Amino acid sequence: MDYVAEALNGSQLAGARLIRLLEEGDPAGVEALKKLYPHTGNAFILGLTGPPGAGKSTLTDRIIAEFRSRDLKVGVVAIDPSSPFSGGAILGDRVRMQRHATDPGVFVRSMATRGHLGGLSRTTGEAVLVLDAMGYDVILIETVGVGQDEVEVVDLAHTTAVVALPGMGDDIQAMKAGILEIGDLFIVNKADKPGADDVVKQLTVMLEMRAGSADGWQPRVLKTVAVKGEGIADTVNAFLEHRAHLERTGALAERVAERELRFFRELVKEMAADLIFGSFQGSGAYADLVERLKARQVDPYSAAETLLAGFSCRAT
Amino acid sequence: MKQRKIRILIAKPGLDGHDRGAKVIAKFLQESGYEVIYTGLHQTPEQIVNAAVQEAVDAVGISVLSGSHNYVFTEVMRLMAEKGLGDVVVFGGGTIPEDDIPELKAAGVKALFRPGTPLEEVLRFMKENVG
Repeated sequence: MDYVAEALNGSQLAGARLIRLLEEGDPAGVEALKKLYPHTGNAFILGLTGPPGAGKSTLTDRIIAEFRSRDLKVGVVAIDPSSPFSGGAILGDRVRMQRHATDPGVFVRSMATRGHLGGLSRTTGEAVLVLDAMGYDVILIETVGVGQDEVEVVDLAHTTAVVALPGMGDDIQAMKAGILEIGDLFIVNKADKPGADDVVKQLTVMLEMRAGSADGWQPRVLKTVAVKGEGIADTVNAFLEHRAHLERTGALAERVAERELRFFRELVKEMAADLIFGSFQGSGAYADLVERLKARQVDPYSAAETLLAGFSCRAT
Repeated sequence: MKQRKIRILIAKPGLDGHDRGAKVIAKFLQESGYEVIYTGLHQTPEQIVNAAVQEAVDAVGISVLSGSHNYVFTEVMRLMAEKGLGDVVVFGGGTIPEDDIPELKAAGVKALFRPGTPLEEVLRFMKENVG
């Protein structure tokens, strides 16, 4: 099966298998991605993040339905944590979204963090590219339940929504350093519970205190009751308004360009490390250096400098 | 290349709400190092198979306690073949009479675990047949 051609044709089987190859670090996945890349860049990428139990999956389910009612195809990448002990994971985000499983315009892929910090898995970005190439109009990234500092989703998403809930007043305070800075939208879910208006007020006040974003967007605070489908149309409208704002101001092109540059630099770092360590494979001088490092006879800084000096000698 | 992680879909079809077995298996497999995608209750064969497609799993485990096992498994096997998942291992569990097992196995279900099966037996099956 030619996964690339099939995926571009919309085959979910081919797309899913490509994502799997990428997730397992198979070089065939990267080769396929190179061919898919010219077909990417069309999707509207949304991030949904917030603490565990805030209702992210239920919101995702409702948001999928709303986008579908507007005739847009939706891809979802939902992240759940891997066990630090067994390496296994229970990926349960689908439970809330299974009614879309028979809709050919929806593709839901669950991913485990596999030890990656930051709220995503290492290959979330690659999965998003595959879905983008397959022609999904909107791609929703649902992060793991986050605390304060897992803000990696902003690197990938064009629009990021932070989900909060009533009864976590103190946590909202705690969120201000990291998470409060990344939201283009704030969704107070479970808004039928007591205290919802207090959270809305707290968030609004804090956002007013925050220095405005460079592109002039004023983040909005919305109320939803995801289980009842309340506030969902407004939420989706707000997503689209932010998207329109990004396009109008040129901020979208800027965000995308920054992301490409960052990704490129990360790749160069990774590939350079592989290249350097690979070139010293079986080298006596390298083994000697490692032994001295382990015995604390040389500090890690000097050891790294020695290694790189040796590498550049070899390269020239 | 690092070792491939094994992904398993655990699904609960039909109208019965007895999901204890499915949850015990899911948790046990997670603790044994597998990535388990859990679909929740009341799944149709179509939903189960489409989830298996999208999640690119190595195996699908189905728990049935409603008596509808003959229909569910046959339908799942038919859809899996139709959608190109002939290489995915299907296993099941639940209140399935001994007499029904040969026919289900003939349809391609690799193993059926009845009530009282030790978890170690499930793990041994996974290691031998899936990885």
